[in-house]
Amino acid sequence: MNTCASTLAAGCLALFAAAPAAADPGSRLWATGGVTSIEGSAGGGLSPWALLNGYASDEEWSGTITLSRAKTDDYSLDVTGAGITWQNRVELTFARQTLDLDSLVFPLSDAGLDEDELVQDIWGVKVRLYGDALYSRWGQWSAGIQYKQSREYTVPEFVGSRDDTGTDFYLGGSKLFFAAIAGRNLLVNGTLRATKANQGGLLGFGGDRNDSYEAMAEGSVSLFLTRKWLVGAEYRQKPDNLGFATEDDWWDLFVAWVPDRRVSVTAAWVDLGEVADIANLGDQTGAYLSLQASF
Amino acid sequence: MKLPVVLLILASLALTGCQTTGNTDRSPEPDPALYEQLGKRTGIADIVEDLLYLIVEDERINGHFAGIDVGQFHTNLTDQLCSLSGGPCTYTGRGMRESHADMNITDTEFNALAEDLILAMEQNNVPTAAQNRLIKRLVPMYPDIRNL
Repeated sequence: MNTCASTLAAGCLALFAAAPAAADPGSRLWATGGVTSIEGSAGGGLSPWALLNGYASDEEWSGTITLSRAKTDDYSLDVTGAGITWQNRVELTFARQTLDLDSLVFPLSDAGLDEDELVQDIWGVKVRLYGDALYSRWGQWSAGIQYKQSREYTVPEFVGSRDDTGTDFYLGGSKLFFAAIAGRNLLVNGTLRATKANQGGLLGFGGDRNDSYEAMAEGSVSLFLTRKWLVGAEYRQKPDNLGFATEDDWWDLFVAWVPDRRVSVTAAWVDLGEVADIANLGDQTGAYLSLQASF
Repeated sequence: MKLPVVLLILASLALTGCQTTGNTDRSPEPDPALYEQLGKRTGIADIVEDLLYLIVEDERINGHFAGIDVGQFHTNLTDQLCSLSGGPCTYTGRGMRESHADMNITDTEFNALAEDLILAMEQNNVPTAAQNRLIKRLVPMYPDIRNL
């Protein structure tokens, strides 16, 4: 965990250095770009929202870069991501996920597989279809695509995955309710995703148990304690395509700090359920930390 | 699906329901507490004054305010916010749609003004809840100001 902390600290410094100090990060109100999800799209930590990343309003460009890490009992996931948004209309994102298999290295090597990590790249595009999360009565609606490619496919193939690439399609709605609870603003998001991805794609796409697209529900609620601090919870339903181990839904509780438009820090407690549990590891719970810079 | 999650989703749906009914009300009930929290008419006048200073400095929107009668604008906006927050004032200016009809206000400009208003309220130590309640009452003007 010390290495984790120092890596993040170094990353944080790099992010601050990379964010041009004087540049205008866009005109949308604070925290209305959400944060960067583990798949690169603007959202919470686990699920994409209808909000577009950064702060570009209808006459502007904006961009984000992000470093995130989740450390559960037996795995660690690192994500580096970047995105740009054009006129609060189109969001383009890229994320690379690296999952260290820590506790599975020996069981895997017993099975003749010398792999200690899973890696995938995710290219995302999201288009705002309708509305503004703050000002429109019916909120903001966006549709998105995530094209995912496994870069370390030996293990996924071994456990029954059918494909090393996959595409998720989703429709998301976001709405901010002003002065909803004790005068605090409440942000509600719902997302419906069509996917074949196993553990988000880290274990490939489709499997021996199911090889068809399924619709998955995702949602979150966040309360703005002030305009700089928000707390919330997130949930993401998951398919269960592989016979070798069950795949559980994900959820988390988070707190995000958005001191100004240039930076955000998100910390969360995540419960990923059982993940590729071939060695009686139990539910994977742990901490998540994400640093984002906007420009 | 785990129980806490179900509860959260239900809670958010319930809130959504309440909120939607609230939003259809375009002539807010008098809310003496909000008016008090904004510092009554004097407090609102101070907020509007600070807002005007912020607007003048804000290159995204100051062009729209060039050449206006600052005194009149200050009086009108103060009366409008006073009335909107439940205070005993009467707004005598033009309607929002009429006064913004030829201005082609963009989302960028609307956001800029919202930001300046929040900063002006912060400068005057308006509590977060009161800021949010006032903005909630201003949000229904969005389509009129944007001429949508």
